[in-house]
Formats: sequence, C-alpha cells, structure tokens
Amino acid sequence: MTPPILQVEGYGKYFQLHEQNKLIPSAHDVSFTVRAGELTALIGPTGAGKSSVLKGIYRTYLPSAGRILYRDAMGHELDLARASEHQILDLRRREIGFVTQFLHCLPRQPTLDVVAQPLFGLGVARPEARQRAADLLSAMSLPERLWSVSPATFSGGERQRVNLARGFIARPRLLLLDEPTASLDPATAECVIRLIEGLKAEGTAMLAIFHHPETTRRLADQVVELAPPPAVEAMLKEIA
Amino acid sequence: MNAMPHTTRGSAYNFGFLDEYAKKEIRRAVLKAIAIPGYQVPYASREMPMGRGFGTGGLQLTLALIGPGEVVKVIDQGADDSVNAVNLRQFIEMTCPGIATTTKTAESTLIQSRHRIPEQPLTATQILVLQVPYPDPLVVVEPSEDKRKVMHGEADYSRLLVKLYEDIVQFDEITISHRYPTRINGHYVIDPSPIPRWDVPRLNDAAALTLFGAGREKKIYAVPPHTRAEPLAFSDVPFRVEDFRDAAGRRRACARCGCTDSFLDEFVGDAGSKTYQCSDSDWCDEQLLQAEHAQGEPA
Amino acid sequence: MNRILEVRGLSRIYGPGCPHCVDATGPEADTNRCPHCGSIVAIHDVSFDLFEGEILGVMGESGSGKSTVVKTLYFDQAPTGGEAVFFDGDTQHELFALNAARQRWLRNHRFGMVYQNPNLGLNFNISAGGNIAERLLMSDLMDYGAIRERAKTLLARTEVLLSRVDDLPKHFSGGMQQRVQIAKALATQPPLLFLDEVTTGLDLSVQARILDLILEIQQELKTAMVVVTHDLGVIRLLTGRAIVMKYGRVIETGLTDQILEDPRHAYTQRLVASAL
Repeated sequence: MTPPILQVEGYGKYFQLHEQNKLIPSAHDVSFTVRAGELTALIGPTGAGKSSVLKGIYRTYLPSAGRILYRDAMGHELDLARASEHQILDLRRREIGFVTQFLHCLPRQPTLDVVAQPLFGLGVARPEARQRAADLLSAMSLPERLWSVSPATFSGGERQRVNLARGFIARPRLLLLDEPTASLDPATAECVIRLIEGLKAEGTAMLAIFHHPETTRRLADQVVELAPPPAVEAMLKEIA
Repeated sequence: MNAMPHTTRGSAYNFGFLDEYAKKEIRRAVLKAIAIPGYQVPYASREMPMGRGFGTGGLQLTLALIGPGEVVKVIDQGADDSVNAVNLRQFIEMTCPGIATTTKTAESTLIQSRHRIPEQPLTATQILVLQVPYPDPLVVVEPSEDKRKVMHGEADYSRLLVKLYEDIVQFDEITISHRYPTRINGHYVIDPSPIPRWDVPRLNDAAALTLFGAGREKKIYAVPPHTRAEPLAFSDVPFRVEDFRDAAGRRRACARCGCTDSFLDEFVGDAGSKTYQCSDSDWCDEQLLQAEHAQGEPA
Repeated sequence: MNRILEVRGLSRIYGPGCPHCVDATGPEADTNRCPHCGSIVAIHDVSFDLFEGEILGVMGESGSGKSTVVKTLYFDQAPTGGEAVFFDGDTQHELFALNAARQRWLRNHRFGMVYQNPNLGLNFNISAGGNIAERLLMSDLMDYGAIRERAKTLLARTEVLLSRVDDLPKHFSGGMQQRVQIAKALATQPPLLFLDEVTTGLDLSVQARILDLILEIQQELKTAMVVVTHDLGVIRLLTGRAIVMKYGRVIETGLTDQILEDPRHAYTQRLVASAL
C-alpha cells in the first residue's frame, strides 16, 4: 500500500472568544489518513467538528492541537499545522483544493473567469484557462448563456457547480469537499458524483463531508466518524 | 545733471557705484557660477537706484566686473538705442569714469544685454551679461523653492519634459518661444533668460563667457566658455529655431539691410502690412556698411 | 518563491518623542498619542516579509498607521526607526540607508504607488498621457513617439478610453482617475506596487472592476503588492496574507482567510464580527 498523502493525528481546535471570555471546542482528538485515489468521508452529528477538520487542514483555522502530516508531490512530508504561511499558499496554489458551500469571487467577474482563476494563478495563458473552464462547465451541464455573467445571481445549484468546477479545474492532489452536493437537484448531484469518481480514478485524494448518507456510501473508501468534542470543563479535567 | 553731481566728480560714489565689498561678493558668486556651470548661485543683490526688473541683476554683474579701460555695450532686445539700454549705459558712464562705451559688438569687451545674444559671434576676450527676470526653469512646474533645489541637485527635470510633451500633444510642436529650458554641461537646466530660441544654440560651446544676473530673485549663474548647452528635446522631436519663412516657404530678409540669416523683428504697419527687420541693430548697420563698401568699390 | 521585501521594526513617531512614547501607546494603552509628550506613534515595530508576486493586506481602522507603513516604504515620509530591504534580482537595497537620489531612482523605476486620493498620484493639470509620460521620462525614455505609444498601451490595459488620452484627469470620474493612476504606477513595470485604499469612496460596481484589474495585473505581471485597506471585502478578494494593525502596532498576522475566520486577537475578533 502506498503511504498516505495525509495523516491527521490528534487534531483539535478550540476557539478562544475574548469578548465573551470563553473557550469553545470545535474538534477534539481527530485522527485518520487519506490516500491517493481514495475518498475519506467524515461523518458525525452537527457540531462534531467535520468542517473544522477540513478548515484546519486548509489552515483557514489554525489548529490548536495535533499534527497534520502532508506528503507533497516531491515526496516531502510537512506538518500543515506548523507550515509557514507561504508554504501553505504555495500548496493551495498547486496541490490542495477546497470546495466549500460558499463561493467567494470578485463582484461582476464572469463565471468562466471565476472557474479559470486557479489556472490564472498557476500562470496558464488566459485563453487556454478559459477553454478548460468552458469544458468543465459544459461537462457539469451549466448552461452556456451563464458563462459570461457573474455567479452572484445564480441559483444555489448553479453556484455550487461553479464552485466545484473551480475546485476541480487545477487538478489538486488533495481535494477537500464540504457538502459539495448539498444544494443540487438529483440530476446535477449525480453529475457531480460522477466527476468525483472520475477524479478518484485519476488518483486524487479526497476528504469529504456529504449531506446524504447515500452519497457517502457510494463514494467513500473509508469513513471516519467524529464525536462532538467534550465540553471545556471535561477537557480540563482530562488534562488534570 | 544736477542729480548726480558727486558721480561726475567721483568723490562721494565709489567707482562702479557699488562698494568694493558688494563687488567682491558678486565676483565670488561669479566664480562659483563658473565652477558649477548652470547652478544658480544666490547673492545679496543690492538696492540699485532703479526699480527691480529694469536690469538690476545684469547691472550689478557689469558694475562688479568693470574696470578702467573696459569697452561696454548695452543693448535691449538687440537695440542700443532703446530707452532701457540708453538709461543703463548712461548710468554706467556716470558711475565708472574712465571706461568707454560703444554700440559696436566687435569693439566691446563687456556686453550687457536684455533678451538677445548679439548676432556677431563673441570671442574669448568678451563677456556677455544677460538680464534675467526669472532664473529658475522649474518654477512653472514646482512652486516650492526647497523642492526645486532638490530637483536641480538630482537633475530631475522630467516634469519640464512633460511640459514639452504636452506642447507636442496640443500643437504638434514645442511652442516655447523664449526662455527655452537648456541643460548646461549635462546636469543643471537653466532658464537662459528671455532670449529667443534662435539664440539658444549660440550658448553651446561659445568662446565667450555668458553670465546671467537676476536682481529681484538674487541669483547669478553662468555658461562658461566652451561648455555644452543643450536645449531640452525629445530624441525624435528635435529642438528647432525660428525659421522666418514666408507663406511661399522662402526665408524672409531684413527690410533694411537685406540680411537673410539674422533674427528678425516683425513690425505691423498702420495698414496691417508686416515688415521684418534685424533685431540686432549693430548687426544691421554692419550689413548695410558692408553692402555700401561692396557697391562703392567697383564704382 | 523569493522574498522581495523584508521590513523589520519599522517605526514612525510624529512629534518630539520621549522615553515613554512606546510604552504609553498602542492597543493596550488604547491610544497612539503619548500622554507624556503628545507625540503620535503612527507605527511602531512593524515587521513583515513580502514575496515575489504576492499580495499582502494591511488592515485596520483609520489611525491604525496602515497608510504610514506604505508611505514610509515609498519614501513619502522618512521612518524614525527600523529597516527595510528590497531584493531586486541580484541586488539588495537597504531602503532607508540610501541617499535621496537613489531613493528617488527606486521610487521612479522599481516601485509604484496608487493613492486613495488621485490628487496625490496624478498631476491634474497635465493630460492623462502626460502623467504617464512623466514617469517614463523619469526613467530616461526620451523618445516622444515611444512614450506616447507606451502611454496608450498602458491606458488601454487599464481600460481608459484612448480618445481621452489627451484630456485632463480632473475631468475624469473617480474610477477613471484610479485607472490612470494605476497605469502611471505600472509605467515602468515595477516589481513592487503599493495600493493605499484605492477603492475607498468609489461606487461598488467601479470598485469591483478596479479590484479585478488589480488581480489581473498581479497574475499577468507577477507584481508584488502591499494593499492597505479598512475594507474586509477587499482584503478577502485580493490578498493571500494580511496583517492587522491597531494604534500603530501589528496585532495579528496570518493567512487572510484564517484571519477572517479564525481571528485570535480580541480586536480582530471584534473587527471581523462587526463586518460579517
């Protein structure tokens, strides 16, 4: 078996809210691995910290505890929890993609450019990047008349497809998916599922949270169940 | 006559009107100006018995440099007989007993001029003093003198060049008719006083020393002999002098002497008709004299 | 990736200064004005690195000193302390150890600045093309035709109508003035650009197009940028990393999305909470 691309060991995230003078745990002692060409699904009740794990790996959250060992394309291993900001930015540009439920893009930017953005960042010529974006969008059956307008006015399903296309386009080695099919109609969801299967076949490692247990069953090679983190008092006792 | 009794007697006023300390200070400034070509040297600029703006800067230079035996010529816009030139010449004659004055460029050793360089090329034994109203070419682009000094120090003249750019954009050519910004010895850009463009190339590599005196602005600067003087221009839009061509494209001639290679003044007659005449009156007289000689000889 | 700028301990105090200035000001003291001598500690001990092609955000409220950071780096103001090294290919420049002429050279050739107020970056009494020409003339391009061509190319790139190249910027709209300013800043293709609240005060739609232009330029020319803004939306859309300032001090630094979603400092938590 090939060594895992990602190895999370004892990840924990606790927010310190100064205003309310509170410590809020969002994930506690999470461990699992993700391998190339496999999809690892995170399951668990609301508040178990599924999104927190994804954000911790992407470093949108600064992990409070644990190690996130990532093996990059060159075979070097580094701890994402401690990597420098520039290392993280570089990995985000080249290797690690994140598809959330939200789409942040420049106001009035045409959809085609929104999707092609990661390729622009990699220095792909604009016409070529746009062509690849167009191919991807038609594969996801987003009507062509929408390509030249901003996704800001799109329906939830349309916007989610744009978001996914942007996450897929640069072919990341590790893709983090946070409920990618949540707001899609069954036909589009099916199309996204097939895209994910395609990426898996190409060797992309994926860590995902799915809304429907059915999707998890279909796509996951490995399921990690998270339990809500214990309350702070309990944790403090544990430490004591 | 009664107003200047002491001068003629030479008792109450010093030779050259200025006291020796004032002359010394000006001479020091002149030496510095020659040592740093194009640099505006500040000096005290004494009160003169005439209003600022009537050539007091040039006059102080003349009076500080003049010595017995000097032959002085004073011109205003090329003419020896205009009111300003006559007044200055009389003042010099009164305050400098023993010197001579002339209208002939060739005979003079020191020429004080307003707005022209004589047509006759000057020699190494002559000094040209130009009266300057505004010494700093940067004043049109930068109101703060402190900042202008820094700009001069760093030879930062891009904003002057932008003026030229804007000129070409608007008029397809550089329209500056006089006070054309000119770079001296590859560094400082000077305002060469309101001489026409015609005269600017004559500052370059000149045999004579040219001194500039601004009385109101209290500055002296110099273009030493055989120093580079380059009018600012673009590599593809070169500097050009006035061409004096008529509608048919022919070079106009002086109506008086017939000269076709001098700077011409335009006179508009009562009927609106235009005539052209040499701006340099001595030059015009010389041309006439030569023409008479040429006519007289065969006869 | 290589570093292009290294800033260490940058400080700027307005006023006489006294031994208590630093201790008596800052986020904890809740002021930037020294109670002992009345000096304003605009910035104190600001340090950061900027990499080639990177966009760094400097965020904070007015009075946080964020503009002072870029103004000192662009030599608009001299710092009272600290160092900055600009890495330009094989050459390193100690910015504050250079003489005025060298500083001016860097400013004209290797840096660009876009101010919030176009009045500071543009001469309103010369044409849009003339403004760009000025910067080209500073870098010793002396060919009128070439200057004009380059000015037109830059204005076309920043989407200013070419029919307006000879018009005065004072007759332009605010958004158009910013475009001319950006074109002027880019004239010498500098590897480092400072942007000081460039979209503040513009209509939302105009803002969006300016931001889009800035991103395009960054991707096309790989220009490194320091973007100063109080607008969290601008920070989120443009920058990869950001520093948060308050009363002249850097109180937090990190990846932009991390600062916005997982702010650690109490002040940043308040700032982000109030905006989202």
